[in-house]
Amino acid sequence: MEKPVVLAVRDLRTEFGPAAHPLVAVDGVSFEVREGEILGLVGESGSGKSITLRSILGIVQPRGRVFGQILWKGRDLAALDETRLRAVRGREIAMIFQEPMSSLNPLLTVGLQIEENLLAHTDLDARARKARAVELLDMVGIPAARSRLGDYPHEFSGGMRQRVMIAIALASNPRLLLADEPTTALDVTIQDQILRLIQSLAEELGMAMILVTHDMAVVAETCDRVAVMYGGRLCETGETAAVIGDARHPYTLGLLRSIPRDVPPRTPLYSIPGAPPALSAMPAGCAFTARCPVAGSDCRDARPPLAALSGGRHVACHRLPEAAAFFSAREAAR
Amino acid sequence: MPSLSYLLARLVQIIPTFLLVMVFIFLIVRLLPGDPAIAMAEAKATDAQIEQIRRNLGLDQPLPVQFVVFVKNTLTGDLGRSIMLKAPVTEVILARLPTTIFLALYSVVLAICLAGPLAFLAAARANGAADIAIRSVFQVGLSMPVFYIGLLLLTVLAAKLRLFPVGGYGTSFLDNLYHLILPALSVALYTSAIILRNLRASLIEVLDADYVQFARAKGLSPRIVMTRHVLRNAMVSTVTLLGLSIGNLMSGTLVTETVFAVPGVGRLMLEAIFARDYPLIQGLTLTFAVLVSVVFLLTDVVQSWLDPRLRQS
Repeated sequence: MEKPVVLAVRDLRTEFGPAAHPLVAVDGVSFEVREGEILGLVGESGSGKSITLRSILGIVQPRGRVFGQILWKGRDLAALDETRLRAVRGREIAMIFQEPMSSLNPLLTVGLQIEENLLAHTDLDARARKARAVELLDMVGIPAARSRLGDYPHEFSGGMRQRVMIAIALASNPRLLLADEPTTALDVTIQDQILRLIQSLAEELGMAMILVTHDMAVVAETCDRVAVMYGGRLCETGETAAVIGDARHPYTLGLLRSIPRDVPPRTPLYSIPGAPPALSAMPAGCAFTARCPVAGSDCRDARPPLAALSGGRHVACHRLPEAAAFFSAREAAR
Repeated sequence: MPSLSYLLARLVQIIPTFLLVMVFIFLIVRLLPGDPAIAMAEAKATDAQIEQIRRNLGLDQPLPVQFVVFVKNTLTGDLGRSIMLKAPVTEVILARLPTTIFLALYSVVLAICLAGPLAFLAAARANGAADIAIRSVFQVGLSMPVFYIGLLLLTVLAAKLRLFPVGGYGTSFLDNLYHLILPALSVALYTSAIILRNLRASLIEVLDADYVQFARAKGLSPRIVMTRHVLRNAMVSTVTLLGLSIGNLMSGTLVTETVFAVPGVGRLMLEAIFARDYPLIQGLTLTFAVLVSVVFLLTDVVQSWLDPRLRQS
C-alpha cells in the first residue's frame, strides 16, 4: 500500500525582479512527497532547485514572488500569511543549507542556536531545552556534546558544523526535511558520513525529505524517487531505479552519460554541450532546446507538457523516440 | 563576555602608547620656537628675572632630567600651572572636561539615532527611492566640513528662526541638552553620514547571509532574526568605525566649541595655543590622548563582546 502524500506542490512559480519583466526562477513545477519518502531534486546550478526549496518555506519573499499551490497535509502554504507560515517553518518543515561554514551565525554559541529553535517551537523550559540540545548534538554524532554547547561555530570543523546544522533542523521533530546540497561543500570522506547520517535519521524519525543535489551518485544511493530539473522546470520524474536505469529525457540521459560507469580507462565521457540559459533568456518552448542533441524547430516554441508514462513516470519532451535512438546509437558505437 | 585576561592584556598595551605620547608632548613643546620663560615674564622684566623664571620651571636642567621630572609630575597629576589662567593646569582641565565629554556623548547618541534607523530603511530596499534619497542627503553632509555645517545651523536655526540658542552652556542636564543641540547636531550630521554608509553596506551584506536565511528557515520571529542575527553581525564593523570617528571627533571639538562658544577643553586648547601657554597645551594634549585611548579601548572591548572570534588574546 502506498503511503499518504504529505506535500503536494502544484504549478509552483517563483519570480524575481520587476513584475512587468520578471525573472522566472521556478516555472510550473509540480511534484509530490509521500510520508517517510526521500525525493531527490537533481539539476545543474541555477536550475531552480534551491529556489524551489526556499519557496516551499516561504523564505524567498519579500524579494521573490511565489505562485501556485504548496499543499502541506492539505493546507496551502503559499496562501498563508507570514505569521501562520512561521508556525510551520522550522517546526513541521525544516531546512538545512549547503554551506556549513556560513550558515551558522558566527557570533552565537551553538547551544543558543539550537535552543532558540526549541524556544520558538516548543514549550520546554530552559533546563529541558538545554537537555534536548545535548540530546540532539549527541544524536548527530558530536562527541562530548554537553561540553560543546557553549562553543562557537568557528570552533567546529566543516563536517561538525554540518552536523550541528542538522541538529538544529531536527530540534522540533519536523515531518519533512528540505536538504539543500548538504554534502556539496564537504570533503569526500565526510560527504558519505553526513549522507548516511541524514538517511538513517530520516528513517529513524519517519521523516520525509527532499534532497537537492547535482550528484546522480548521491541520488542513486539515497533517494526513493527523483525529479530532474532544468531551467526552472521539471523534465523527468519517477522511481530512482527506473529513471537511472531507463532515462528518457535527453537532459537526464546526458547527465547519466557524463558519469563514468563500467567503462574502460580513457573512454571519453559524454558532456552536455553549452551552458544553461540565463533566466532572462529562457525560450518559450523547452528550456533545454539550445543544448539538446535531438531538438527540432518545434521544441523552441512549444513547451512540452510533463506527460505520464507507465509506472508513475513523467517526462517533458517532444522527441522521446529520437532521444532514445540518439543515445542508444552512442552506446552501440562504443 | 571578553575574559579578564583579555581586558588586562589590552590595558597593558596602553602603557607604551602613553609613554610615546609623553615623549612627543615633551619634545614638541621644547622644540617649538619661542621661549616660554620670556612669554611668562612681564614685558619689562630683566634678564635676571627671566633666568629666575627659567630656573623655577626647571628649563635650565638637561633634557633627560626635564623629561623624568615631567613624567613624574604627570603621574602624580601635577601638570604645572597655566600661564594664561594663573591656575593649576589639572584644575583648569578638569573644570572644562565634563562639558566636552557631554558634547561628545551627545553628538554620538544623536549620530546613532539618526544613522541607525535610516540605515535600516535604506538597506531594506537597497537602491529603492528611499535608499537613494537618504544616501544623497548624507553624501552632502559628508562633503561639508563640520564648522560649515555648524555655521549653517547657527544662521538658520538660531539666528533666523530663533529656535535654539546661539551658543553657551546650560546649568542643568536638560538645559545642557537644549544649549548644546546645535554643536552636537553639526558634529552628529558628519559622524552619522559615515556610520550610515557603513551600516547600510553591512546590513545589505548580512541580510543576504546564509545564517540569516537559515534563521528565517528556523521559523524565528522577525524581531529575533533582526536583532540577534542581523543587527549584531552588521554592528561589528560599524563599531570599529564609530570608535575611530569618536577619536576623530575629539579633535573636532576644537572647531565646534569655538564656533558655538562652548566652554570645553577644545576651545581651551585653541586659546592656549594662541597664548603660548605651554603647560596648558601639554596638559590638554595629554588629556586628548587619554580620551582617545579610552575610546579605542572601549571599542575593542565592545567588539570582542560582539564577536567571539576576536577574543583570543
